[in-house]
Amino acid sequence: MKPKDLMLETYSALTVNKARSSLTILGIVIGIASVIGLVSIGQGAQDSIQSSIESIGSNLLIVQPGAQRGFGFQVSTGRGSAETLSEDDADVIAAQVSNITNVSPEISRRYQVVYSGQNTNTSVIGATEAYPSVHNVQIGDGSFFDQSALSSYSKVAVLGPTTRDDLFGEGADPVGQKIKINNIIFTVIGVAQAKGGSGLSNADDTIYIPITTAERYLSGDKYLSSISVQAADQNVMTIVQADITAVLLDRHHIADEANADFSVINQSDIIAAASSVTGTFTILLAAIAGISLLVGGIGIMNMMLTSVTERTREIGLRKAIGAKASDISAQFLAESVMLTVAGGLIGVALGWIIALLAAHFFSLQTAVTLYSVVLAFGVAALIGIVFGYYPARRAAKLNPIEALRYE
Amino acid sequence: MIECTHISKTYVNSGEQTHVLKDVSFKIAEGEFVAIMGPSGSGKSTLMNILGALDVPSKGRYILDGRDISTLSDDELADVRKNKIGFVFQSFNLLRRATVLRNVALPLLYSEVPETERAARAAEALHAAGMDESRFQHLSNQISGGQMQRVAIARALVNNPAIILADEPTGNLDSKTGEIVLSTFQRLNEAGRTIILITHEQYIAEHADRIIQIKDGVIVRDEKNRQKRHITTRHEA
Repeated sequence: MKPKDLMLETYSALTVNKARSSLTILGIVIGIASVIGLVSIGQGAQDSIQSSIESIGSNLLIVQPGAQRGFGFQVSTGRGSAETLSEDDADVIAAQVSNITNVSPEISRRYQVVYSGQNTNTSVIGATEAYPSVHNVQIGDGSFFDQSALSSYSKVAVLGPTTRDDLFGEGADPVGQKIKINNIIFTVIGVAQAKGGSGLSNADDTIYIPITTAERYLSGDKYLSSISVQAADQNVMTIVQADITAVLLDRHHIADEANADFSVINQSDIIAAASSVTGTFTILLAAIAGISLLVGGIGIMNMMLTSVTERTREIGLRKAIGAKASDISAQFLAESVMLTVAGGLIGVALGWIIALLAAHFFSLQTAVTLYSVVLAFGVAALIGIVFGYYPARRAAKLNPIEALRYE
Repeated sequence: MIECTHISKTYVNSGEQTHVLKDVSFKIAEGEFVAIMGPSGSGKSTLMNILGALDVPSKGRYILDGRDISTLSDDELADVRKNKIGFVFQSFNLLRRATVLRNVALPLLYSEVPETERAARAAEALHAAGMDESRFQHLSNQISGGQMQRVAIARALVNNPAIILADEPTGNLDSKTGEIVLSTFQRLNEAGRTIILITHEQYIAEHADRIIQIKDGVIVRDEKNRQKRHITTRHEA
């Protein structure tokens, strides 16, 4: 039989019982739509976490105090393991490590912030003038503070857009206004542009003040929360990471790296860790969707087996007029593949709509990739073949004499 | 055309052998109209299955159109059925919810006749079977039993087979429509078709030129039918 005739025969066989064919297709539609929809949600979550990590800055290495565990009990700084980094450390890194473009020492604490009647609790970051370029902070209104503000211990503040909204109302221009951070009066000199990073850590809900001011008036000591180091490019990050570790170990007089009172985190490590979490999440979603696809496939098999039994006489007739076993099995296989491909097409469309709706209502960035569409479609066709194979074989193996006599 | 020599068929059912056909030999020439007659259980259905290449004999040779087909594989038998044999069944076996024309064109799909020729060949076969053109687009379940059987005859004719095998073709019809179907066979025979009619009724068999009577797996009578019933009037079913 020619392929075109096979298609037409298949189409007319399936339209004889429209209700049954539609319900069987529905099983596949639900399976495919959930694969596409859920995987796109998973991938969307992966993408948004990745982009929020990248919005912290690019090619970053973050030095944090005392996060080293394990043999860390041997290390005693006498003042608590969280206070091991100083501005001097930052200066030494800047001076001795090559292939770096910027070093940004930071002190980050949460304080109560008050403007007029409004107040909020937000993270206050003591930073240097290097901070904006290291962390991709763009200034909207006003400006960021400069070196002179640092050396004069100026009580100036740059607000993140979310903090601005909380204190002054959405879209207001707070430049020149006075706010109180921990009861100390600061003048607002600028507002950062929104980074759009939502979810895990909101980079927009923050206040930047000169690090010298933060040390003198807020924290009262000179210990840093972190030092962000920006490497010249992605390829030297591992080398820079090793150099920083070596320099700091030397400075802190620690011989064994296992006892280090600091840790150097590579940004790509964070991305990899987060990706592996979201990747697992995506696989979990895909597995759930896969089960519903499997159930859909069993529905196909059930329908095809019923169809073979019902059409036994037709099979007998076709064999009597010259159909070979291969013609019969091709016909029944074509029927199940046509069901799953139709289900696949509708399912891809429906899954796409689910992804768009999820993006719209749950502010999730969903991503329907060509990969997931091709995969779902291939799986649909494969299910048609796998679950159609047994019924088709049963039809092909029928004895024409018995099939013609079947009541 | 057809040559059966010492054909036997034995079924083995739970260790017990049943000899359905025992050493049957006969010849049928081109253009003959033969009735194979016998009561149920006589072996006539088994003989028809062998003649129709649906089954192969346990022993003996069956030569159709110069080719020994008693030793062919399933796929080769399917080819023989496609090219040489047209079946007409008691219960018509039409495709439900398909048009008359599509039913008749069905064998052409398997013989891969070009799409452009199919409608014309189906129409030609339907004319030969005495089917009115106004009903070509009717669905197969919207026409009467006599018309269904003529659609089935047209389907048997469409591939231009060497023989037409009709298995109790009037069994599901009343006597009047049955006569019309039989007259259709007579007309086709007069036009040169070889027709083999399988029936258990003497009356039906008497419409053929020759009657082979079979009983308990052996031929008990094989002679020319001297009282052939000719149906000359053409009825419309």
